[in-house]
Amino acid sequence: MRIRIKHRTAYAYDEPVYSITELLRMTPRDHDGQRVRRWRIDLDQDGRLVETEDAFGNMVHVLSLHRPLDSLAITVEGEVETDDTVGVISGAVERFPPGLYLRETALTRPDAAIKEFAADVIGDDKGLEGLHALLMAVKREVKFENGPTDASTTAAQAFKGRIGVCQDLSHVFIAAARSRGIPTRYVGGYLLREDGMVQQTAGHAWTEAHVPALGWVGFDPANGISPTAAHVRVAMGLDYLGAAPVRGSRSGGSEERLEVTVAVDHARGQQQN
Amino acid sequence: MVGPDGSIRAPYADVAKWLEAAPPDQLERLRIESELLYRRGGITFAVYGDAAGEERIIPFDIVPRMISTAEWARLELGLKQRVRALNMYLADIYGKQRVLKEKIVPEDLVWQNPAFRPEMAGVSVPHDIYVHIAGIDIVRIDADDYYVLEDNARTPSGVSYMLGGREISIRLMGDLYGAHRVAPVEDYPNELVSTLRSIAPKAAGDDPVVVLLTPGQFNSAYYEHSFLADKMGVELVEGRDLLVRDNFVYMRTTERPKRVDVIYRRIDDDFLDPLVFRPDSLLGVPGLFNAYAAKNVALANAVGTGAADDKAIYTYMPEIVKFFLGEEPILKNVPTWRCRNPNELSHVLAHLPELVVKEVHGSGGYGMLVGPAARAAEIERFRGLLKAHPENYIAQPTLALSACPSFVGSGVAPRHVDLRPFCLTGAKGVKIVPGGLTRVALKEGSLVVNSSQGGGTKDTWVVDV
Repeated sequence: MRIRIKHRTAYAYDEPVYSITELLRMTPRDHDGQRVRRWRIDLDQDGRLVETEDAFGNMVHVLSLHRPLDSLAITVEGEVETDDTVGVISGAVERFPPGLYLRETALTRPDAAIKEFAADVIGDDKGLEGLHALLMAVKREVKFENGPTDASTTAAQAFKGRIGVCQDLSHVFIAAARSRGIPTRYVGGYLLREDGMVQQTAGHAWTEAHVPALGWVGFDPANGISPTAAHVRVAMGLDYLGAAPVRGSRSGGSEERLEVTVAVDHARGQQQN
Repeated sequence: MVGPDGSIRAPYADVAKWLEAAPPDQLERLRIESELLYRRGGITFAVYGDAAGEERIIPFDIVPRMISTAEWARLELGLKQRVRALNMYLADIYGKQRVLKEKIVPEDLVWQNPAFRPEMAGVSVPHDIYVHIAGIDIVRIDADDYYVLEDNARTPSGVSYMLGGREISIRLMGDLYGAHRVAPVEDYPNELVSTLRSIAPKAAGDDPVVVLLTPGQFNSAYYEHSFLADKMGVELVEGRDLLVRDNFVYMRTTERPKRVDVIYRRIDDDFLDPLVFRPDSLLGVPGLFNAYAAKNVALANAVGTGAADDKAIYTYMPEIVKFFLGEEPILKNVPTWRCRNPNELSHVLAHLPELVVKEVHGSGGYGMLVGPAARAAEIERFRGLLKAHPENYIAQPTLALSACPSFVGSGVAPRHVDLRPFCLTGAKGVKIVPGGLTRVALKEGSLVVNSSQGGGTKDTWVVDV
């Protein structure tokens, strides 16, 4: 499948900001199920992007602007060719052994409720069956809905509220799987929606868990499936913070208005490979 | 002060005579004067969780702690060996991970260690040095052997007390001080600044700009930060004084921003850069980590050094020294039970009243059990904690720490001491000013020397005998 993505992040400030620093994890890389055909990042302001790679192998662009600005827009746009690999991720950049992905983070620390939930659902099955059971259980228990949660919501909070977005469902899945000793990680990217909805308000997020015989296998708790050719994988980390498309900070500019538009569509209108 | 046979140990000969001759009111007068000097100098210390007083003075005991030059020479060799091993270990876990491949250290103690920073993997640091400033806590248990109690490889503090204590000795104890040839420590700030300059990026040229980054005046060690910056002649800055532009770090000045080459940071990893670590940190500098990873600025200590100094890794230090240096450790480790191991846990649970139990990731005397001094309820509380989370604890025997004569109000009495020498590692190797900070447990019978737990300090005299 060939997928076209356009992702625009636009900030407007009530008063001029005088300094903005951002780390952008918005550039996909190739792996066995994915080939980046063309990709570019554009700024609507003069500025330099310093390209680096983080310790997990994600492409990172550092943006720093130190002059008065009343708006800023970052647009990424490109095309990616994908295959369905039945969720198995191979050929990706791997900098760490699976054991690293058992680390607890502030966003994915399991509380007693998540541990109990994970024990009930997975038991001692660290294989595909246990993970699929967890996938369905998270989708069932945590209702997908915009609103109550934000970027700083933890897995435990989302699980307690039984509500969240793809980021929260992924955090719950990660916290639960790790609490059973299964290395699990967070993936940020895009989803070509089955229902034909091209315009979206955010990117997508899912997870990958390490299964001894297979390696890394993707699980998308928001959709209750393993990733397909409709998923474009951009960045990976221990939690949302490690894969967030933008981590930024600014000085000045009292109020900020943020507008994110994401368009994910078949490239050149083609429907099939 | 007293050897195993009851005689006065050689370095203490004159101190013992002096103590005998000094009338008690003179000692009390000296104590009051030294406290005044400390207050005037502003050396105070905020104790976390102490509602009574935001800042108080750490008691200073005027009776110096004596170490012979021969003893120091051996100690120095051991310390240099230890910090070399700490640095090699860190370079390895953030690099080739031989120590894991050869199964010297269990993987989970690296990968799941909260102080391990995955972000540092593959980042190269100047001269492969991670711990530029180490505080190694040492105790003497018997006549000959020094044991390491704890390695402090993050942002060890206390050196201002070492320097302040020496100033007081010279001013108040002139006669006794003059009667000895005491090795100088006053050079520490110069050694520190030359260590820091030695790790500057090459592009910085001959005159690199060094700054000291503090979390600010509410930090318990703020006094030390301003004291050291002043002594080194470098700027004391807070996060908001720095900015990152195109992956280089600059200091805001009244004129134009000035490039910064080396940051002696006294801010924990978590707070250094809100774009990479805790996003809610207001103390750090956005973009700093990427500038660091790009080798455009040097940080001392490096990011992620805590992965070498927690109490779980401590238990592997003898193996780590042998593995990287091919040498026997000169400084011993206190025998330690790893509670993560079921056999060792059951031993610990059976002997709790005799043991000291410490949190693996704790620091500074918080969250520990000193069995012999604890009430039954406290012991039972720890029993519960150990059963629930054995991997979070280690246990050690209660040590017969060496004791030094100390002035304690009722007169002069032996009190337990440890020693924290400050080891500086730069491009030209390891430098240690002779001695260090002696901490003393002023409560009778107490073995806890931490200033947060009622400990005091002493000046440490390395002397020819």
